[in-house]
Amino acid sequence: MIQILYIRMRRFLRRILTRPRIDLPLAAGLFLLALIGLATLYSAGDQSFALVGGQSARFVLGGALLLLVSRIPPSVLRGWTPWLYAGSTALLVVVAILGEGRGSMRWLDLGVMRFQPSELLKLTTPMMVAWYLHPRQLPPGWKDIVMVALLIAIPVGLIAEQPDLGTAVLVAAAGAFALFLAGMAWWRIGLLVGAVVGMIPVGWHFLHQYQRDRVLTMLNPESDPLGNGWHIIQSQIAVGSGGIFGKGWLHSSQSRLDFLPEHTTDFIFAVFSEEFGLLGVCALIALYAFIIGRSLWIAMEARDTYSRLLAGAIGMSFFVYVFVNGSMVAGVLPVVGVPMPMISYGGTSAVSLLTGFGVLMSIHANRKTHI
Amino acid sequence: MKIRNTIKDARGESALFRRRALVGFVLILLGLGGLVGRYVVLQVSRHTEFATRATNNRVKPRAIPPARGLIYDRNGVLLADNVPAFRLEVVPEQVKDMPALLARLGKVVPLDQDDIDAFNKQLKQSRRFDSVPLKMHLTEDEIDRFAVNRWHFPNVDVVPYLTRRYPLGGLFAHVVGYVGRIDADDLQRLDPDRYQGTSHVGRSGVERSYEDVLHGKPGYELLEVNADGRTQHVLETHAPTPGKNLYLSLDVRIQKAAEAAFDGRPGAAVAIDPRNGQVLAMVSVPTFDPNLFVNGISQVDYAALITNPEKPLYNRALRGVYPPGSTVKPFLALGGLELGLRKPSDTVLSVGQFCLPGQKRCYRDDTRGGDGTVDMVTAIEKSTNTYFYKLALDMGIDRLSQWMARFSFGSKTGIDLIGESDGTLPSRAWKSAHSKLPWYPGETVIAGIGQGYWAVTPLQLAHATATLADHGVPYLPRLVLATKGVGEDQRQLLSNPPEPSVIRNPAEWEVINEGMRAVITGGTGKGLNVGFPYAIAGKSGTAERFSRTTDAYNTNRSTAYLAARHRAWFIAYAPADNPQIAVAAVLEQGAWGASAAGPIVRKILDAWLATHDGVIAGATRLPTAAPVAVRPAPVAVGEPQGGAAGPGVEGLPAPASSGDNP
Repeated sequence: MIQILYIRMRRFLRRILTRPRIDLPLAAGLFLLALIGLATLYSAGDQSFALVGGQSARFVLGGALLLLVSRIPPSVLRGWTPWLYAGSTALLVVVAILGEGRGSMRWLDLGVMRFQPSELLKLTTPMMVAWYLHPRQLPPGWKDIVMVALLIAIPVGLIAEQPDLGTAVLVAAAGAFALFLAGMAWWRIGLLVGAVVGMIPVGWHFLHQYQRDRVLTMLNPESDPLGNGWHIIQSQIAVGSGGIFGKGWLHSSQSRLDFLPEHTTDFIFAVFSEEFGLLGVCALIALYAFIIGRSLWIAMEARDTYSRLLAGAIGMSFFVYVFVNGSMVAGVLPVVGVPMPMISYGGTSAVSLLTGFGVLMSIHANRKTHI
Repeated sequence: MKIRNTIKDARGESALFRRRALVGFVLILLGLGGLVGRYVVLQVSRHTEFATRATNNRVKPRAIPPARGLIYDRNGVLLADNVPAFRLEVVPEQVKDMPALLARLGKVVPLDQDDIDAFNKQLKQSRRFDSVPLKMHLTEDEIDRFAVNRWHFPNVDVVPYLTRRYPLGGLFAHVVGYVGRIDADDLQRLDPDRYQGTSHVGRSGVERSYEDVLHGKPGYELLEVNADGRTQHVLETHAPTPGKNLYLSLDVRIQKAAEAAFDGRPGAAVAIDPRNGQVLAMVSVPTFDPNLFVNGISQVDYAALITNPEKPLYNRALRGVYPPGSTVKPFLALGGLELGLRKPSDTVLSVGQFCLPGQKRCYRDDTRGGDGTVDMVTAIEKSTNTYFYKLALDMGIDRLSQWMARFSFGSKTGIDLIGESDGTLPSRAWKSAHSKLPWYPGETVIAGIGQGYWAVTPLQLAHATATLADHGVPYLPRLVLATKGVGEDQRQLLSNPPEPSVIRNPAEWEVINEGMRAVITGGTGKGLNVGFPYAIAGKSGTAERFSRTTDAYNTNRSTAYLAARHRAWFIAYAPADNPQIAVAAVLEQGAWGASAAGPIVRKILDAWLATHDGVIAGATRLPTAAPVAVRPAPVAVGEPQGGAAGPGVEGLPAPASSGDNP
């Protein structure tokens, strides 16, 4: 019995390595992105190999998960979806009860490593929305929209309560994109967006004081030059001083002199902008656009509703990372914990992102054959 | 209406998805285009501006710590002051080899290992461009030596700061407490933004419990620094908001008299105004100099304090727990009335001992042969054990502990200090939590005279006495009377609303009051009122530290022998017809409550009276009493029985107490 299992495992692993079912353009884009990320990190982290090594290990782990997930057919994934969603949501509840973290309850200590269950929801929430919409008549009516909104709201509420506004936004966006791609009528979207905008004053009351401070500081950075305002001012100076051509790799003065805080994590894009200038920014954004476009292409070719919606949502939520982090660094959005995908150091986001792309690879491998 | 298809339209859905994906991608491209637009603005249009700011990026913010609020007594006498001093600070940002720097620096300014450890801990916690204090309170000599060698140390500076000074030394060490240097543990719990640039934090006493009020809000200044990180100009200054000043309810004069009354003997006393819960004096003897702790206490000084057998660091008033002995009797008697178990006129025959039916062991009265037939007033006056043995037995332990809990025995009084002890109120619940044995009736008997499991703090007993004095109305004991922020004209009084009275029938209070007055006029505390122009109500208590297992007690009743075995208590309030001060004092080694602790209470009352110039509004002045200053000679008092009387203490009349009970 064990031997049979062992042989099957070996066969499975060999197939992963010898005949990977991956989309080459997408894989190439991600690989290039990882290289840029490591190079930037090397510069931002005072040329420390420890940081680069740690990040490489995350990429390797993420890559392995990508290959593994790419072998799981979407139909199997769909069967697991409700369980994955329920399990990851339950973990959020566990974290809320006994988690540990600096000031906020996000982490679950597994002994070997600590991980954030909210990272899982970035994937399981759009999966659940796609699973729910898969057998239903599309475009969705109000009843389905309300059900989907509920499926999104439960994890988002728990994550926002941790409090982790950045991840909550990402999870909400991933779910909402699935709904959008399912063809939700424009007038309904307009109505819903209007309602959400109307709720902003109400939501303000539910924010933590530090979150409010961040929003207020963003509107007027000079009001808090010791704390958050410092981040915003220094980040803009770093970006702006980079100019069109940049100061060159390893030549960012602002992070080197420690004027720019968090310069390996949330604000690493400021270091990139300073060193590579506007041209570098445009090239990197173009690379991100390519990855998103390729993901949507894979979604269009997908075999069924579930695969389509899931692939599309994963691709589009990649945009939210780039947009929110890029805006934060440029001082047009408040400082929330959203990393620049594949560039920012640390956390489990690189692993969860690559796992998400593993799902895309699997969907690509099981695409419609008649095209 | 709508036509509902039951079959999914796969082809239509696919087409819809394509349209949506395309629209989505276009929107994403627009979003990314907008983002690039923002970068164009920053990197092209405003490039010159930011490039200039980057090269001039030598402007760094530096926090200006707020001045800590001052602490005054109720009359504005300064108890905690800020005085200017100098400290050595290091900017770690451009230091390559910190240990080497410290080694070189140590040759110019001597550095203790304590300083270096504290510095290294704080170094890890702070931002690299924030300066970290290395050595506090530099001497003039050290400042001079550093000034000569300063050019060797580009990242080190002598910085002025305000340090705390307690002008009255040890007098308020246990109440006001002290501040100490912020250490690694503090950094975990303190808000780093509020404590930027601040080196000290409240460690104990009011300094700790009112840290939030005292601390204030830091300001900042924008500094232009050169390539070494040394300040060239101050560009802008935003002043900090100083912490609020505190006005304590304590009166320095009463506090001084209370401390002096102990004459260095270990013990504690607390005086409370029963009308509002304001603490008028709170002493724990012996005490220590809080100034030693402010800038880091030396190993030698600390070892001396720690190894002192009299434990000067121990706040006996707040944390010390002692069996209350007979001081619980008035409270128990009130309970007997309140629960309808006794009428004031009910009498009990005291024959010298009280035996539970069917048990061999008996519980003794302190007067050999007993006090005869006593009613409630006489039982309080003479502290007749038998009366309270029976009352406790009739009440039962459950009702007894429920009733006593209303005076905050067995739980924190809620004073505005951190670290208060709960003490122990005997109850079935307490025993079952600490022992597997059941509750025995004999334990109820001795609970009636404040023995057995009983343990109270001086603060608890003062609070209970104040509650009793104010006709059963409890107030939370409060040390801080008012705050005053900078720019405020008036002190902001802190409110302290009363809780509902524990007494239902006012006549009951009169009975207890009569009994406690009798204690002073003719009972165990006889003579304590001599020369005091107002009526005093009180109760003595002598608690045994060890159980009597031998007959040594009866054969050797010398004061010194008993003092080693007894805790002496005295509680009192005055004036008895309109109580305005309630006091509890404990002497750790006192032979008898009335003779040893009574005079301490009397001295506190005298000091309190003196603060009122000898005239208390709303109270009847006793017609026969002479002025305080001229005390008549001690009156010889007939002993009820032939026990040895304790000696008079310090010119006070020799008290008549030997009838006090264990």
